[in-house]
Amino acid sequence: MKEWRKQSALKFNGPRRGHDGNDMKKFASWVVFLFCVLCRPAVAALSIEIVGGGENQIPIAVVPFESDAPGVSSVIAADLARCGMFKMIDSGSDQTHDIAQVSFPDWKAKGADALVIGGIYPAAGGQFEVRFRLLDVAKQVQLAGFSYTVSKDQFRQTAHRIADVIYQQMTGDQGVFSTKIAYIMKRAKRFELQVADADGYGAQAVVSVASPIISPAWSPDGTKIAYVSFEQGKAVVYVQDLLSGKRHIVANYRGSNSAPAWSPDGKDIAFTLSRDGHSRIHIVNEAGGNPRLVEASPGISTEPSFSPDGQQIIFTSDRGGSPQIYRIAVAGGPAERLTFEGNYNVSPHYSPDGKSFIYLERNSGHFNVAEQDFATGQSQLLTDGDLDQSPTFAPNGKLILYASIYNGRGILAIVSTDGRIKQRLTMQSGDIREPAWGPFLK
Amino acid sequence: MKKLMLSSLLVSLLAACGSQPTKEAAKAPEQKAPAAAAATKPVAVNPLNDPNNILSHRSVYYDFDKSIVKDEYKPMVKAHSEYLVGHASAKVQLQGNCDERGSREYNLALGQRRADSVKQLMEAAGVPAAQVSTVSYGSEKPRAAGHNEEAWAQNRRTDIVYQSE
Repeated sequence: MKEWRKQSALKFNGPRRGHDGNDMKKFASWVVFLFCVLCRPAVAALSIEIVGGGENQIPIAVVPFESDAPGVSSVIAADLARCGMFKMIDSGSDQTHDIAQVSFPDWKAKGADALVIGGIYPAAGGQFEVRFRLLDVAKQVQLAGFSYTVSKDQFRQTAHRIADVIYQQMTGDQGVFSTKIAYIMKRAKRFELQVADADGYGAQAVVSVASPIISPAWSPDGTKIAYVSFEQGKAVVYVQDLLSGKRHIVANYRGSNSAPAWSPDGKDIAFTLSRDGHSRIHIVNEAGGNPRLVEASPGISTEPSFSPDGQQIIFTSDRGGSPQIYRIAVAGGPAERLTFEGNYNVSPHYSPDGKSFIYLERNSGHFNVAEQDFATGQSQLLTDGDLDQSPTFAPNGKLILYASIYNGRGILAIVSTDGRIKQRLTMQSGDIREPAWGPFLK
Repeated sequence: MKKLMLSSLLVSLLAACGSQPTKEAAKAPEQKAPAAAAATKPVAVNPLNDPNNILSHRSVYYDFDKSIVKDEYKPMVKAHSEYLVGHASAKVQLQGNCDERGSREYNLALGQRRADSVKQLMEAAGVPAAQVSTVSYGSEKPRAAGHNEEAWAQNRRTDIVYQSE
């Protein structure tokens, strides 16, 4: 008891992330990029509906922060509630902001295992200091405590970062609340490549054209998005630089140029090119240049996905008579077939740890997301829609974002890799499809 | 002809939208029609647009995940091949399409193969390669909007599109 009191006298001990100059600089530049470059606000925000919950949820209470007009603590609570790993305990009228005032027995009686307290205080230069502590109710100790000095337009991002810290402390996995998602929004006859926070807020259009766009793919550092646009009357691969707002063509050869996938070092892009009469996977430098054919394959080969070590590519091919998932070494050599059940297995993506892959499979007329383990070859069906499509891993490998049709409209949905937690993200209008979950921001 | 029909439709739409539609406004396109037709094409009906001619049929339809041209579409493809052989200046673009289901990227590759399957038939019938180009729109330009087999069947197709169109 005494010990933690002594600890608490130290102001917000632990790795003081918010005061780490380098980290903060990166964070600030990311925020600046968000507010300056993505300057076209989308008309409608994504809204999220939770349609399933996990088991063994951790009971946690988030006390509304002191002087929290911007609502930082409510964003933290919403993040934790949405991810399905936590059971939110109502903090009632409690106004505890200081660790010295925390009555642990009361929180224990309310059923909370963990407690989050904090506040927002004026700092120098018109900035604000956002402080929080994550406390273990049973052990009566502080698990984490950080302070962030931010400007007022960084409150939401700060809340997501705090939620990430809490998630990591409580689950052992890195949180994805402060990551971004990209997707294609079709409204009337316009197609927009949009980028939004992982919770659907702050949607911004980064490309808006009157022709279809498909297959957005984030660069590993999160500063660029490759995609396929039909604005030239056929499929051409572009890369959009999110920092400069500029874009360049990566591949515009005879035939279709499509299915871009970044190598893990961000230097190369694998893509599908049909210039020799077959849809085949090629690799080209991100800046452009002469594409190298990976394999002179029979039939269709498309949808490449790099292994995390960059040595392998998994892809879709119908060389055996039906579309199935195959694996080939980037250096070349024979392709190895990975899926054998059913006659339609497509859209593979490596998991971030490289131990499994997700893909889309057809079951008695339904199209659903499944995950297959490399070591065992076992696969697990994860979704139950009629027309699911385009699965993409969250960077922590715990969640999968995918496209679906709900009430006749294109929507995005999220499922946990254990299949238990399900969420729907819908727009007020238009169709959303082709999601791509962005990387962790370093 | 298409333009004419469109303009008459527009006029009648305008007339319908106006607060006081008059008979004169509704009649206007009928009066203009013969003059415009005479000015553009003094010849007989273009076989490509004659509903009684097989050349007015332009779409080859497929089964799911298939790119084989079914027998029922071969006479139509053959007729277009003969027309192209007989009209060296005519050019077609074969546009491959797929229904919305499954993978958009795999569909893009499949649409290319569908267009190529028609191209191969045309080249086998003696059409010079220079007169035929192909493109795939995958599942990105559906003709029918629904999420059901009726719409999907419409969208699994290759369109034969003449360059002037």
